[in-house]
Amino acid sequence: MSENAVRGFFERIGRGVTARMWQLGYGARFLFYLVVHSGTALRRFRLTMREVYYAGVLSLVIILVSGLFVGMVLGLQGYETLQRFGASESLGVLVALSLVRELGPVVAGLLFASRAGSAITAEIGLMKATEQISAMEMMAVDPIARVVAPRFWGGVLSMPLLAALFSAMGIFGGYIVGVELIGIDRGAFWSQMQAAVDVREDILNGVIKSVVFGLAVSWIAVFEGYDATPTAEGVSRATTRTVVTSSLAILALDFVLTALMFTGGNAR
Amino acid sequence: MSDSVVEIENVSFGYQAGRRVLHEIDMRVPRGKLVGIMGQSGCGKTTLLRIIGAALRPTEGSARVLDVLTNELDGDALYALRCKMGMLFQFGALFTDMSVFDNVAFQMREHTDLPEDQIHDLVMMKLQAVGLRGAARRMPSELSGGMARRVALARASALDPQLMLYDEPFTGLDPISFGVIARLIRDMNDSLGATSIIVTHDVQEALDIVDYCYFVADGRMVAEGEPHAVRDSGQPFVEQFVHGKADGPVPFHYQAPAYGADLELESA
Amino acid sequence: MNRSTIDLWVGLFVAAGFGALLFLALKVGNLASFTTNESYQVQAKFANIGGLKIRAPVKSAGVVVGRVAGIHFDTETYEAIVTMNVDGRYKFPRDTSAKVLTSGLLGEQYVGLEAGGDGMMLKNGDRLRLTQSAVVLENLIGQFLYNKAAEGSEGKDKK
Repeated sequence: MSENAVRGFFERIGRGVTARMWQLGYGARFLFYLVVHSGTALRRFRLTMREVYYAGVLSLVIILVSGLFVGMVLGLQGYETLQRFGASESLGVLVALSLVRELGPVVAGLLFASRAGSAITAEIGLMKATEQISAMEMMAVDPIARVVAPRFWGGVLSMPLLAALFSAMGIFGGYIVGVELIGIDRGAFWSQMQAAVDVREDILNGVIKSVVFGLAVSWIAVFEGYDATPTAEGVSRATTRTVVTSSLAILALDFVLTALMFTGGNAR
Repeated sequence: MSDSVVEIENVSFGYQAGRRVLHEIDMRVPRGKLVGIMGQSGCGKTTLLRIIGAALRPTEGSARVLDVLTNELDGDALYALRCKMGMLFQFGALFTDMSVFDNVAFQMREHTDLPEDQIHDLVMMKLQAVGLRGAARRMPSELSGGMARRVALARASALDPQLMLYDEPFTGLDPISFGVIARLIRDMNDSLGATSIIVTHDVQEALDIVDYCYFVADGRMVAEGEPHAVRDSGQPFVEQFVHGKADGPVPFHYQAPAYGADLELESA
Repeated sequence: MNRSTIDLWVGLFVAAGFGALLFLALKVGNLASFTTNESYQVQAKFANIGGLKIRAPVKSAGVVVGRVAGIHFDTETYEAIVTMNVDGRYKFPRDTSAKVLTSGLLGEQYVGLEAGGDGMMLKNGDRLRLTQSAVVLENLIGQFLYNKAAEGSEGKDKK
């Protein structure tokens, strides 16, 4: 390869990294401004509630159905493996811990990013493209306080609830498959689960995860929407970026949080 | 209180350093007058309007709007200034998630403490002035282009601003809506006692309603005058623009290499 | 979608979400362990704790009475020091013994307490004198082989 091509290659990488860093800083400043100006979103709670409806309630169907199916698959796969070790009665433990610690927050977060996150980005991006944001500014109303903040907080409030519903549905699905279909003893299913799942360690940590994911996805969604190029193509690209970046963020944060929370035993 | 509502002195502007979009513009808009800014697409007239609307700061020179220098405005002063201005965007920029009524009521609800029944009456009066009182309960997506623009006009003038800005208000309208909007702009200016600035390239119709007009070409102010003077102006650019001639100071051909070279002819 | 319908749905959604959380906490989780009861700490030294981990249960007569709070190494006696939080409701005599046991054949390890007969009860910070280490599989096999070899040679001697 010619020297110029090699140099060009590295320059492009460098520029890409710099651009990402710049965007991260810009995004952080945006988040800070957003939080500081959230007074309207909290005082006029109606606005935020409306966004909880659009982000949370309208995501219920996909969350509940997916949760049910994930739980059912866990039940099937779990039983298949556990019964080889004569531990099929621990199915409840397997299903519950998998969901509450990991699958609930993570899968619900990914689904939320795809459904609600992309919708939020598209909405804000389109408002920008059709000059509604500029119009609001010209009418002396801060669009970030009025349009962006309620959507952000709506997402943050919805996410933990959706994750809890996902986990609950999943456990129910595991119960249906394990107890009703396969025939594991019902008492053993629940009692072993209750013995193994700790409220503080597992459930609370799962809730914390879902809150963190909610913050991350909502931040990315509103930022990409607000920062989108105000054309049809720009909005479409922003929507894609929201889903991709949110998904990566959820998985990366999941690793960090899991490492922090679940280093059990002597690994101190 | 000076006699000029808008004073633009030696203003230059560039979005990026080194590339100027506007060069040394001088403009004065007396109180109560309806002024037109005309020129080709991309000549910088919308940018100029944005500077007047304090959405952009001049890179050089000063812009004084309603006795306030826009360069020095901070957040609160900026919003105070914007409450005295109204702006009509090119395609209306109505808030698509609210009804027509809510759109017009928006500024009243955000900036005043008026009770709902008073707001109701005011909104109805504004809609009556633009002839759309019957469409109060409709959503913006149900309106035609002309109707949407009329609603946007009602919304922009909701708080009886002292300065009205119009960004290409006639674009894409059928002849009847065209006439309606033109009449509304003129009537609103006179009845509100406001000052209005229209940015447009619909020369003939604009010359019928404005008191004075400015011509911008390539970011420079090239001509100005009262409508009758402009119509009979000898200046080549004004001639070409006003009478819609295909060729003149603004060439027909975009810059290109020799024709023969492009057709790959042997040197003739 | 008018306001009251949105309000209704949001209310239902939030209620359902909290219901799910409650379900998880009560039916799925071990809410009993989430007690705010006072607990007191006792220590025990073991020659070998095997696979005992922090947060492992401390049981007596099969009932969970506490949790392992910390595991440290004593550099003077080269033994493991296990610190346990015992539920304040349960008082144990000072001569209680602690053993590292395994739940089931291959299950996780826990500390089993067997109450002694002393009149005086353990206080916060006390140390259990009698301890029995975990069973290490290699030692067990080694011992078994040794016993088998000893039996064999004994039999030979007797002949």
